[in-house]
Amino acid sequence: MTILTRAEAGQASVSRRKKRLLAFAFVVPLLLFLLLSFVAPIASMLWRSVYHPTVAELIPITLERLGQWDGTGTPEPATLAVFVEELHGLAKERRSGKLAEELNRTQAGMSSMVKSTARRVGRLSPEELQQQGVQTLLDAHRNWSRTETWLAVQRAGQVYTYNYYLTALDLELHPEHGIQARDTEIYRQLYAKTLKMALAITALCALLGYPLAYYLASLPSNRANLLLVLVLLPFWTSLLVRTTAWIALLQTNGVINSFLQGIGLIAAPFEMLYTSFATVLAMTHILLPFMILPLYSVMRGIDPSYLRAALSLGARPLPAFARIYFPMTLPGLSAGALLVFIISVGYYITPALVGGTDGQMISNIIAFHMQSSNNWELAAALGSLLLALILLLYWVYDRFVGAGSIKLG
Amino acid sequence: MDDQAGDRPFLQFRNVKKTYDHKTLVVKDFNLDVAKGEFITLLGPSGSGKTTCLMMLAGFEDVTSGEILIDGRQVTSIAPYRRNIGMVFQQYALFPHMTIRENLGYPLKIRKQSREQIDQQVEQYLALIELQHFGGRYPAQLSGGQRQRVALARALIFNPDIVLMDEPLGALDKKLREQMQFEIKRLHDQLGFTVIYVTHDQTEALTMSDRIAVFDQGVVQQCAPPHVLYERPANLFVADFIGESNKLRGAIEAVEADSVRVRLEDGGLVSALKANCCDLGQPTTVSIRPEKLTFTERLGDAGNRVRARFVTSHYVGEYIRYHFETANGSELVVKNMNDSSAPPLAPGDEIALAWLPQDSQALDGQEAPKPV
Repeated sequence: MTILTRAEAGQASVSRRKKRLLAFAFVVPLLLFLLLSFVAPIASMLWRSVYHPTVAELIPITLERLGQWDGTGTPEPATLAVFVEELHGLAKERRSGKLAEELNRTQAGMSSMVKSTARRVGRLSPEELQQQGVQTLLDAHRNWSRTETWLAVQRAGQVYTYNYYLTALDLELHPEHGIQARDTEIYRQLYAKTLKMALAITALCALLGYPLAYYLASLPSNRANLLLVLVLLPFWTSLLVRTTAWIALLQTNGVINSFLQGIGLIAAPFEMLYTSFATVLAMTHILLPFMILPLYSVMRGIDPSYLRAALSLGARPLPAFARIYFPMTLPGLSAGALLVFIISVGYYITPALVGGTDGQMISNIIAFHMQSSNNWELAAALGSLLLALILLLYWVYDRFVGAGSIKLG
Repeated sequence: MDDQAGDRPFLQFRNVKKTYDHKTLVVKDFNLDVAKGEFITLLGPSGSGKTTCLMMLAGFEDVTSGEILIDGRQVTSIAPYRRNIGMVFQQYALFPHMTIRENLGYPLKIRKQSREQIDQQVEQYLALIELQHFGGRYPAQLSGGQRQRVALARALIFNPDIVLMDEPLGALDKKLREQMQFEIKRLHDQLGFTVIYVTHDQTEALTMSDRIAVFDQGVVQQCAPPHVLYERPANLFVADFIGESNKLRGAIEAVEADSVRVRLEDGGLVSALKANCCDLGQPTTVSIRPEKLTFTERLGDAGNRVRARFVTSHYVGEYIRYHFETANGSELVVKNMNDSSAPPLAPGDEIALAWLPQDSQALDGQEAPKPV
């Protein structure tokens, strides 16, 4: 046995480190790209779902004073005076509408109340503000003398909040009863529907994809490759084109309805477009290759002698398939199922185009809050919950199936 | 066993033909009778049709024409899972998602045997292949040799009529292969099953088989016990394929009861056993095994002689290979035991080599020059 001298060992480790550094240097651009385009946006989304400084920036001193309030009765007049002053300032700068919108999210009905009060307060001159500001406030709306109103202001003013998560789970914080369910269930239902549809799509893809992959794997490779191109062809077609094609097929006066009416099978056209049926159908079509490809590559790798061995041992073809072949394809099936399921849970464009209101999924609501209602914080909370849900499902999957068994090729 | 069977062979291939593309026959008129308990090897170069014959017997390929009978019963139309034929595959084909115990129990479970019966039999076979402590492992956790033994046990455990082995030792290294040959023979002697064994390794075939069927181009060239195959090859292909052969060309000069006299191309006259030649004046090839060809000192005055020029020698260990060349350019190889009986030789030396007539065969015609 030879032992390296210290100098030799040092040299060896230096050269090894150099090699590793060089290899790492090649990855740096990709890492930077990922950091900027992937990690940073997700982190900022997560952050935004709990960090909400808007109200705190609009009425900082009021909130500071409210911090010392014991939460019973109405805050002392000096605090109200500060609020009136800040409201006056906001009204002059035409930013009171923002405050109204923000407070309204905490307590419905506050929008008009803040807006009308701001209008009144805004009309006051500096002297009048000093003398009758508080009175004007209390006169403007009777709710200003209520405890809940100020509790709501206090809550809206919290910089760090889990309110959006409560909303995303159809819960609300009641001043007396604590956390309780909202009257209307929106998001929970939507999550459930999204999961249900994703499961349906995954199941359909598996049912349609498995036989096809099996058939492809049984063909000689030149013919299998040719057919595989047909499987991949949709991949190379624009997603929008494929989805729009479904619109053409499914709509009330579309190809399918016209055909069925033409051969006299139905009298009135089916309503197929803008339903969850349309979403499931179109998404199954779009995601099918994700199921077929891992299945095919796993099946291709299964030596036909396994089935032959089972037959020679006396197993009939069907039990041999079920007991021998099928378990060997499970890594491919689970890889495909996981891919299809996770992609479809977060799918946006197809349900948006063919789903109508019935076929909406959670991602469409997230988009709605991003683009239309301008409630980015709620969108962020919904998105974070979706991410957590997927990670949870992955964990469950890993527990019971084992992520190590996944095989993409 | 069936008493009425009488002398009828246990397994029969009758005029079996097989084509895949309906143009060329992969197997041309295969005939073979196998007795119960016999160990038969199908030996041949790859593509010679031997595996196809095995697959037809197992039922994984259908027979283009002809018939296969087991115990007098036509099996060509019987589904593979009803043929009761055990099979050992080259890549073992142990089910990777089942433990060794489950693998062995699988054929019994299919046959609806009781839990206890299965357990007992599995343990018995685990003991038979000396893997008692490996029953709970998965195939991936075993070595190649161990997997091979499990595959063997799985093919035997349901007591099949015939066990087929398709190059079962092909994936093992040399040493393990020899060990497994011994192991298979031991099990065969112990359990007395009928084996059809496919290989392209002649040593394997010679050491294990009761009889060997040598295949070439879809035709059985010779089917005989190992020593007959080696000592008395029926034709040039067999002489060449099994072991090594020295070949001397000549023409038949005289025909006797079971031997012939051959005038060699370099003028010498030798006698040899009659194989598949022999008309007067016909060209023939005299084939002599390298270990039968020797220096004249060893044989004294007996035997045939041929003069040759020493070219080179290779030291192999237990023997030494000497390469000679005759006057008309035929190469001769002498395998001489490493016992210092050889005369000192320098390249270019011309000496006489000798062999006994009964150690040589006069075979059909003269072989075409071998492609290199």
